[in-house]
Amino acid sequence: MGDHHHGPAKGLSRWLFTTNHKDIGTMYLWFSFSMFILGGAFAMIIRAELFQPGLQLVEPGFFNQMTTLHGLIMVFGAIMPSFVGLANWLIPMMIGAPDMALPRMNNWSFWILPPTFLLLASTLFMEGGAPAAGWTFYAPLSTTYAGPSVTYFIFCIHVLGLSSIMGSINIIATVMNMRAPGMTYMKMPLFVWTWLITAFLLVAVMPVLAGAVTMMLMDVHFNTSFFSAAGGGDPVLFQHVFWFFGHPEVYIIILPAFGVVSQIIPAFSRKPLFGYDSMVYATASIAFLSFIVWAHHMYTVGMPVAGELFFMYATMLIAVPTGVKVFNWISTMWRGALSFETPMLFSIGFLILFTIGGFTGLMLSIAPADFQYHDSYFVVAHFHYVMVAGAVFSMTAAIYFWLPKWCGRMYNETMGKTHFWISFIGFNLTFFPQHFVGLAGMPRRIPDYALQFADFNMMSSIGAFIYGASQILFLYNVIATIRSGDIVTDEKVWDGAEGLEWTLPTPAPYHTFETPPAVK
Amino acid sequence: MGSKAKWLCKLALGPVLLLMSVVAMAVGGEASEYNMPQGVTAVGQQVYDLHMIILGICVVIGVLVFGVMFYSIIYHRKSRGVTPATFHESTKVEIAWTVVPFFILIIMAIPATTTLLEIYDTDNAELDVVVTAYQWKWKYEYLNEEGENVSFFSNLATPQAEIHNSEAKGEHYLLEVDEPLVLPVDTKVRFLVTANDVLHSWWVPMLAVKRDAIPGFINESWTKATEIGVYRGQCAELCGRSHGFMPIVVNVVSKEDYAQWFTAKQAEAAETKGLMAKTFTLDQTMERGEIVYDSNCQVCHGANGEGGVGNAIAGSAVATGDIGHHLDIGIDGVSGTAMQAFGAQLNDVDMAAVITYQRNAFGNNMGDIIQPIDVYNHKKD
Amino acid sequence: MTSQTSTEYEKYYVPEKSRLAICATIGLMLSIFGAASIMNDMTFGDPNEASSSWTIFYCGMFFFVATLFAWFRTAIRENIAGMNSAQLKKSYVLGMFWFIFSEVMFFLAFFGALFYVRNLVGPWLAGEGDGGRMNGMLWPGFEYAWPMMQTPQEAVGGAASQLVANSGTYTSPHTSMAFADAHVWWHWLPLWNTLILLSSSFTCHVAHLGILAGDKKKFNLWLGITVLLGIIFLCLQALEYYEAYVEFGLTLNAGIYGSTFFMLTGFHGFHVFMGMTMLLIQWLRSVIGKQFTAEDHFGFEASSWYWHFVDVVWVFLFLFVYIL
Ligand code: HEA
Ligand code: HEA
Ligand code: HEC
Ligand code: CUA
Ligand SMILES: [Cu+2]
Repeated sequence: MGDHHHGPAKGLSRWLFTTNHKDIGTMYLWFSFSMFILGGAFAMIIRAELFQPGLQLVEPGFFNQMTTLHGLIMVFGAIMPSFVGLANWLIPMMIGAPDMALPRMNNWSFWILPPTFLLLASTLFMEGGAPAAGWTFYAPLSTTYAGPSVTYFIFCIHVLGLSSIMGSINIIATVMNMRAPGMTYMKMPLFVWTWLITAFLLVAVMPVLAGAVTMMLMDVHFNTSFFSAAGGGDPVLFQHVFWFFGHPEVYIIILPAFGVVSQIIPAFSRKPLFGYDSMVYATASIAFLSFIVWAHHMYTVGMPVAGELFFMYATMLIAVPTGVKVFNWISTMWRGALSFETPMLFSIGFLILFTIGGFTGLMLSIAPADFQYHDSYFVVAHFHYVMVAGAVFSMTAAIYFWLPKWCGRMYNETMGKTHFWISFIGFNLTFFPQHFVGLAGMPRRIPDYALQFADFNMMSSIGAFIYGASQILFLYNVIATIRSGDIVTDEKVWDGAEGLEWTLPTPAPYHTFETPPAVK
Repeated sequence: MGSKAKWLCKLALGPVLLLMSVVAMAVGGEASEYNMPQGVTAVGQQVYDLHMIILGICVVIGVLVFGVMFYSIIYHRKSRGVTPATFHESTKVEIAWTVVPFFILIIMAIPATTTLLEIYDTDNAELDVVVTAYQWKWKYEYLNEEGENVSFFSNLATPQAEIHNSEAKGEHYLLEVDEPLVLPVDTKVRFLVTANDVLHSWWVPMLAVKRDAIPGFINESWTKATEIGVYRGQCAELCGRSHGFMPIVVNVVSKEDYAQWFTAKQAEAAETKGLMAKTFTLDQTMERGEIVYDSNCQVCHGANGEGGVGNAIAGSAVATGDIGHHLDIGIDGVSGTAMQAFGAQLNDVDMAAVITYQRNAFGNNMGDIIQPIDVYNHKKD
Repeated sequence: MTSQTSTEYEKYYVPEKSRLAICATIGLMLSIFGAASIMNDMTFGDPNEASSSWTIFYCGMFFFVATLFAWFRTAIRENIAGMNSAQLKKSYVLGMFWFIFSEVMFFLAFFGALFYVRNLVGPWLAGEGDGGRMNGMLWPGFEYAWPMMQTPQEAVGGAASQLVANSGTYTSPHTSMAFADAHVWWHWLPLWNTLILLSSSFTCHVAHLGILAGDKKKFNLWLGITVLLGIIFLCLQALEYYEAYVEFGLTLNAGIYGSTFFMLTGFHGFHVFMGMTMLLIQWLRSVIGKQFTAEDHFGFEASSWYWHFVDVVWVFLFLFVYIL
């Protein structure tokens, strides 16, 4: 047996060949942050073009490529890997395991990502440009009407799916098999629970996405007619298959965020999480419901009215378990002893803004009203409220919360708080006005717009630059912390934090729990 | 609930009412800059009401929830020296906040269902219009049981110069077309929406109609405008490069005006038919050809034939080569590319004109004229 | 070594640094880059250019397969060296189980597509039902039946006369794959394929019983038979494809019937190939490597689960693609 009791190896090979969950987690996190910057840069191009009416900077075709790549890279490159990185770091530490269940595969899951996104981004330089049919790549715009890059895109999706499936299998196996003695399911931290359920969603829906892109591939190159009425197929078939993946996908994005917030709020309220059991059941219900609501993205395709009603009712129902979560968080804060360090600020920001995003989601779920909202900026506002203020804010909170544990150094609190306030204001300035332009009739995915939308768009662009710039502060703060932050040695970095990861020495040793801890 | 909770409720009510009244004031019947328009149809009004009801409910819930949260943030902070409570569950409360939202949802679902059923009721229409989406323009065809159908294309009318900022933008920048859809007021009109190439979506907010146009399928929807006026909308489904440049303009007119317009349209069609047999001079053809080119080909082939999405026409081997091949491309398109078959979109007069134009403009000096009858004969072979 | 259950904690084996992952990635990326380039050259460009793409693809595949081989060999050696605790073995079991679950979901996408086009789209295109009462205007003369022996395009008289932009030519088969004639039922390949695959599941199970009883002879024999049956199935499938293409006119261009038929049977066939390969490797391990004992034969077990899964998929295929 190898002697893996020592610290990490030196040099590049440490990262290329590693099987250590912390190394892999770190790589995931840095990779996702670089993708966040890339996707964010594309968003800045979008917002710069939309700063004023008229075509200023880019060509309409290129604008569509930006929108498409922005969506794809943010969803698949930034958010998903960031939470996988968090899972890698934290799940073994939280359940008292020495590492992930399948460490070599873990490394493979990660290393698939960088070259794949490199390939995807390189399609920008191909003849005909990058895919430009939106991150939802509806057929036939993405098939018979697409350029050569779509083939590379399809294969990229295949291998990204492979990576996600392997990553998820690993997480499931870890949670099911590696818990320390005494760590029963109903004692697991909520972050572990939400990830277990997320991993299940991933294993269930990534293959379906693979199926969808495979049908595209066949239509593009082998003259099948899945999405062509002339041969007896239907373009809407693509949408059904895509959204069967796509809707669970948005919960894949948000459930781990729920988990993070469920760890942080109790810590800074100095009070146990309210309604642990109902949190678990609510998460499971959301996951279950997510499989039967997909067609709420397709209210206008002309489904039979019975289908329309079914999907409307099912979608509305999701407000119930999600409400349970929101109420639980607030009850956790109720009569606690609150303090407002940066992670808590971001969690509260999450709580407020996610709930607003949830409310607009509920409005979208009302089919007759969605005839007006659909494919307008109202939808763009909705999903940035849940994805940026939901997922990105909670991810940011997580970094501030656990970074001191990971590297034994404290971040700069003032800078953290400044980051929060600039983000909060910048974010709302960017996306709140989008509700208005959407309601007033501005479609999404357009490079130029009518004059009555000008004011709000300018506001939105200014907000976007502010929000984007605040990320520089974040990056700086993180790097400064790692290199020269104040040393922390307390096992519990935060006085209110609970859980196994806080029983380890700070900084967390390279190998944890080689013999499992006892859990009361 | 203690007195504290009641006090909170009262506190919450204030901002809600304020917000709702501001919103209500801001929204007349007209298109608003920041809210959904009430529209000019009964269904539109219902949808608007539904939107406002749900918005109101969400605002109330939001104010309550955030009220509690902020109360906690203000009064339960550590810096005030509080000791944290230790409770962590309460079955009663948890059941309450599962059941109550459920009932709120049922209350929302009832009007939503009735409105939806109404939107789906396309029967008993007095007029049928087939709306066909093309990359990137709309075709409207009035189904006419007695006599011939009337049909025409509706293209963006905003000049490229405005889009590229070299000219001041007009009032209806990007929301203007060369030929609007004309509909009679107080008439139930059924739209049969379809597409020629990729997905599009026909959306006019003031009519509260949005329906996806799907190639190979026909979707139905309907409207019954109660006010005369001009209503504008846009394609709402990403359909490629010029998705942002395919507006919709609907001109709702009195029934009499509509009848008049319709007869005039029919006469115009008959006239064009008459032109088919005529022979034109090069100048006449070029003049017509330029108009056709600018509204149909320019987006892809450029204002000066310099190319773009499509190949350059200036100096193109096709446009300076065999007429038959040139006509083939114009009529049948190039399959698998954005170059679509224009044979069914342009009548023979326009096709003859535009091909002639391409052969004689942008420095292509072929000097040949194609007559409508040539196109007709070419199509037959 | 693992049979002695100790209540004491066994150390969970965390492997040393490993090159496997990075090598697998390189192989995978070269393969997909090559494959995408090949297809693009076929469709968009000069087919002669494809040759360099093929080279990339073959290099990638070679590298990938070689890495996988090395990977499994490493895992097997670790197991033989006794490094794997019972807990790690359970991780492998879980891994295999959830992998098969993901495969189930992959097939579900295609079955879902099949149900959707058969039960909804077909009638709509013919102008029936809630979704498409007006579609008759676009496809006059189209009558819906499954198997779809006439595409909407053909019903209106070909690509040139359809009202939608032409994006391909679809020519239906003249004979469907459905059960044709009771008198010559033995000509019907799917039936034979069903029998073969079902019995291979059975022989696989017998092999399993053999190894559980420690009877290596029995195990080798029945596993060998299973692999053979798998190969026969693949041959018959190839024959069937030949028939479909050459005699029935059923091709990938044959509209949605051909599309769904080849997609479902094709991916199933590919999975049979994978499963057969897996079993073959287990057989070689047993016969040549003298591996596997009554207690320790996870490689075989995992492969056999996969095999049973492939078998179950076939039963659904047989039902929904050939019979109903
Ligand atoms: C993190 C991602 C995320 C999350 C969590 C959600 C959450 C929800 N979404 Fe959203 N959604 C997206 C990401 C997300 N969405 C994306 C990316 C798109 C666009 C995709 C594209 O087209 O590109 C989209 C689009 C979208 C549409 C389609 C719009 C259209 O294109 O026309 C709809 C329609 O129903 C919808 C609904 C909902 C609902 C009902 C929820 C619910 O889960 C929300 C539930 C939460 C609450 C309701 C708030 C808290 C609850 C309470 C306080 C309880 C009491 C409340 C009441 C009883 C009212 N979403
Ligand atoms: C989780 C996913 C996620 C995230 C985080 C974001 C983040 C942002 N998104 Fe977007 N977005 C999507 C998912 C996401 N988005 C999706 C799925 C779509 C739909 C795509 C489609 O229609 O197909 C979309 C579409 C979309 C649109 C609509 C485009 C259109 O319809 O044409 C817009 C427009 O404003 C937009 C803006 C932004 C902005 C300003 C941010 C900002 O939050 C980004 C901030 C981040 C940075 C800026 C990078 C980091 C900072 C630096 C590197 C510092 C340097 C920067 C400066 C100096 C300014 N996004
Ligand atoms: C939606 C975009 C689009 C529009 C609109 C369009 N074209 Fe084209 N056109 C193309 C594309 C793309 C090609 C290149 C096809 C190819 O790759 O062979 C092309 C090629 C051509 C060619 C051949 C040029 C050459 O040298 O190969 C001619 C002639 C032509 N178009 C005529 C027309 C006419 C006439 C119209 C209007 C009535 C028109 N096009 C409108 C996209 C368009
Ligand atoms: Cu047509 Cu968008
Ligand atoms: Cu959804």
